[in-house]
Amino acid sequence: MTERIERPPVRELERLARLVRWHVLNTVTQSKAGHIGGPLSMADLLVALYFSELSIDPEHPDDPERDRFVLSKGHSAIGLYSVLALRGYFPIDELASFDHGDSRLQGHPDMRLTPGVDVSSGSLGQGLSAAVGIALGAQKRGRDFHTWVVLGDGELQEGMVWEAVNSARRFGLSNLTAIIDLNGLQQYGWAAQQGRDRFDRSEPWGHADLPMILRGYGWTVIEINGHSFAEIFDAFDQVKRAAESGAGPSVIVARTEKGHGISFTRGTYKWHNGVADETQLALARAELLTEGDQS
Amino acid sequence: MKAQRDVWAETLVEVAGLDDTVMVVDGDLANSTKADLFAKAFPDRFVEVGIAEQNMVGIAFGLSTLGYRPWLSTFGVFLTHRALDPIRMLVSQTHASVRLAGAYSGLLNGSSGKTHQDIEDLAIMRAMPNLTVIAPVDEVEAAAVVRWSCAHDGPVYVRLARDAVAPVLPVDYMFELGSVVVLRHGGPVALVSTGVQSSRVFDAAELLAAQGIDARVVHVPTIKPLDETSLLAAIDGCTHVITIEEHTIIGGLGGLVAETLTSHGIAVPVTRLGLADSWSESGPNEFLLDKYGLSAGRVAERVTAAVLADLPTAVH
Repeated sequence: MTERIERPPVRELERLARLVRWHVLNTVTQSKAGHIGGPLSMADLLVALYFSELSIDPEHPDDPERDRFVLSKGHSAIGLYSVLALRGYFPIDELASFDHGDSRLQGHPDMRLTPGVDVSSGSLGQGLSAAVGIALGAQKRGRDFHTWVVLGDGELQEGMVWEAVNSARRFGLSNLTAIIDLNGLQQYGWAAQQGRDRFDRSEPWGHADLPMILRGYGWTVIEINGHSFAEIFDAFDQVKRAAESGAGPSVIVARTEKGHGISFTRGTYKWHNGVADETQLALARAELLTEGDQS
Repeated sequence: MKAQRDVWAETLVEVAGLDDTVMVVDGDLANSTKADLFAKAFPDRFVEVGIAEQNMVGIAFGLSTLGYRPWLSTFGVFLTHRALDPIRMLVSQTHASVRLAGAYSGLLNGSSGKTHQDIEDLAIMRAMPNLTVIAPVDEVEAAAVVRWSCAHDGPVYVRLARDAVAPVLPVDYMFELGSVVVLRHGGPVALVSTGVQSSRVFDAAELLAAQGIDARVVHVPTIKPLDETSLLAAIDGCTHVITIEEHTIIGGLGGLVAETLTSHGIAVPVTRLGLADSWSESGPNEFLLDKYGLSAGRVAERVTAAVLADLPTAVH
């Protein structure tokens, strides 16, 4: 049945997020190619969404009444696949087929192949427009579901994102929430400026006041630490209040760390994508898995 | 004589009365594309996105996931160039039932000049897997194609003209996806055209007949998927095929016909007429058609020259 499950204890969510991170690194390593940093930075946000917020049913992934989720930063597909597998959309063993020929788990999300993927993505900057269309359609059809979309901070350099930011407010889409995974790094970017940037390259939005820009567009803006479940849940509560009051679209600006959760991948653009060696994989296993976790 | 844009809007209003999935998503051009007629008739199913074509496509895709079958209303050039990437990923790759109405196609767009003249759309759109590409000739076929598209499951690009041309099809014409239409019997020269240019080519054939050149006129409404058998049957017995299109000669109808004949081992010379790898300019319709060799008179001249070059014995 399509419904929101009871919010598990934070300890359990943290364990799930560690499992997601393990599956991301292990799957990409076994597939010999893929993205690491972005999937790890959004892992806590996706676990919180899929294990407490979204009204969904893995048994009926096409239920018309389900909440919709759009991963606009499609290159973080393996992060979404890991969460979908843990939530029961398909067997965890299927993650091993990621990026292989004839696989349902393509390098970028394919809504026509993967159960639980609502919108195809990969070419950056398009997910918010798709989400605006979905939320607008829901409004016109009188449907109650909520539409969520996760964007990367590098992705916000695409002009199409801002076309959609503008439209969402104009259409008064209170049933739409964007989450910006503000991990502070992109694939290459610009050289870091000492004392200003968090990591080894310049922050994509270090030169601008992103929350102020979004407020200027009329969105409800909620700023949080994207690795704190307490703050994520508080943000979800604020989103609900904004939606119920008809305040228009909301955005959670989630400050995160690229490659978060694994000692050697965190805070560096060099792990935007990559493959671990045996020593690194063993280290990650030790950092992420506890006795009894499925590995 | 009605312009295709008027026919498009009127037909949509007609279909939308019976089918509540029909919508129009506009890019601030409704009073040019004539979508304003639809906006007045069905305000709840008209979405004004403003001047943001990529966003329009994304929104139309999103609406399609809720069961709507939206038509996009903007100039073709902004769809096939500016919004191509969202069309590719969100519409074509997902097989979304989004209808891309490319208004003001080709050279004749009210003197707007080369920035607005879409002379590459057929080449671009037909290269895209999963996309149906149709270029109707006149008001009769435009209405039929709009009706057909409304009922079709999947993405469609329809090339529409701003201004009216002389109708060439009977009012009871039935559009059949893929099939070509022989507008005039004759030979051994086959004039193959598409979109509204087929009407001007039909007139050119009458001029040629007066000069003693008997030409067959074949109209290709469906650029993709083409029923190749239908095209081959239509040109059967011809010894020279001349394609004429209000489009670059690279990759559009000329490319399609040449590829099809070559694939079937048919060794007939193919002369491709159209924009010869050049941009056009601002100007009245008649000026542009004459200068770029697409008016009935200029087509007749160019066909005569091609026929004389290749088939001297065909002219007496």
